[in-house]
Amino acid sequence: MTELIKHHLTDTLLTAYTAGNLPEAFNLMVATHLSLCDTCRAQAEALEAVGGCLLAECGTEAMAADALEATFARISTGTAVPARRRDSCSVLPQPLRDYVGGDVSTIRWKPVGMGVRQAILPTSNAASARLLFIPAGAAVPDHGHRGVELTMVLQGAFSDEMDRFARGDVEVADEELEHMPVADPGEDCICLAVTDAPLRFNSWIPRLVQPFLRI
Amino acid sequence: QDGARAENDWSGHLARIVEAQDRAAFAELFAHFAPRVKSFLMRSGATPTLAEDCAQEVMATVWNKSHLYDPTRATVSTWIFTIARNRRIDALRKDRRPEPEDLPWGPEPEPAAADVMAMQQETEMLRVAIRALPDAQRELIEQAYFGDLSHREIAARTGLPLGTIKSRIRLALDRLRHAMK
Ligand SMILES: [Zn+2]
Ligand SMILES: [Zn+2]
Repeated sequence: MTELIKHHLTDTLLTAYTAGNLPEAFNLMVATHLSLCDTCRAQAEALEAVGGCLLAECGTEAMAADALEATFARISTGTAVPARRRDSCSVLPQPLRDYVGGDVSTIRWKPVGMGVRQAILPTSNAASARLLFIPAGAAVPDHGHRGVELTMVLQGAFSDEMDRFARGDVEVADEELEHMPVADPGEDCICLAVTDAPLRFNSWIPRLVQPFLRI
Repeated sequence: QDGARAENDWSGHLARIVEAQDRAAFAELFAHFAPRVKSFLMRSGATPTLAEDCAQEVMATVWNKSHLYDPTRATVSTWIFTIARNRRIDALRKDRRPEPEDLPWGPEPEPAAADVMAMQQETEMLRVAIRALPDAQRELIEQAYFGDLSHREIAARTGLPLGTIKSRIRLALDRLRHAMK
């Protein structure tokens, strides 16, 4: 499954994720992609090795005299952390299931017009994350972007002016790109989309409703 | 002087914690890493009090997650870095930090010694390469990892010297995946 992914995260995003400098919505996107993509996971783990080297060389600050005992006390009240195993039967990888509270059937969709539905996920305000449902063969209105928008396919596929995107593929859109994603005819398309700025729609109807949709 | 020396392999200490809840092994690990984690957190903007608290929390997590550590995929420094980074996000940014799913484990519980050694050596080579970078570039990388350089600011400017470590991790992942088939 994972070797079929053609469109990956950028090194910039993976570095910022590894260093811990991304807004929550983007962290969610990266964690979800890494759950499906071993190529980007290897890159992220290599970047973590950079962090390990810096930790090894960053100097020392003396701990409190009772720090070790205090830490043993914390250990005795804590519990072993369970592994978060892959469940390849789910449409939503575990990081997304944590936000939705379950798999696809538990998503609370809201219609946004032309059959397209969305569900906004609760993240900090620096960037926003939402799930998109595009009925088989349907289109998302033609739009541009004010900031960075990442869209990752979770089910089905869509095509736009750039290419075709299937499960695990990420499209990175910025100010330069105007596009109209169209879902493949065979299957409804579900995507995770994150953005650090509102989208810019080209037709007047979507622009009117944009403030209410929070996209 | 400390930095000029090759770093010890600490993975045996973690194995002793997993197998025998060895408190002496943990105490040695703590003496080495807790002051580094505290320094890392203070360089990331934490007050001494917060850094002390977080460093203790990080080390407690090291014990509680020790069974999840895979020495063929990361050195102990790298693994502890990821725990400290996550703790920093919790404490300083108060954001949730979504984590990817864990990779499926292969059938053999014993990691191959050659793979553990190779990961250790390649991380050491990476460390030497980072140390040899021109000051400006190394500072940029330190800013990205300790500071708060946003993803826009990081851009493609860091040019990290990842060398062969990437292919090493990729091979380990491939092997894990094929072991599951
Ligand atoms: Zn990828
Ligand atoms: Zn778009």
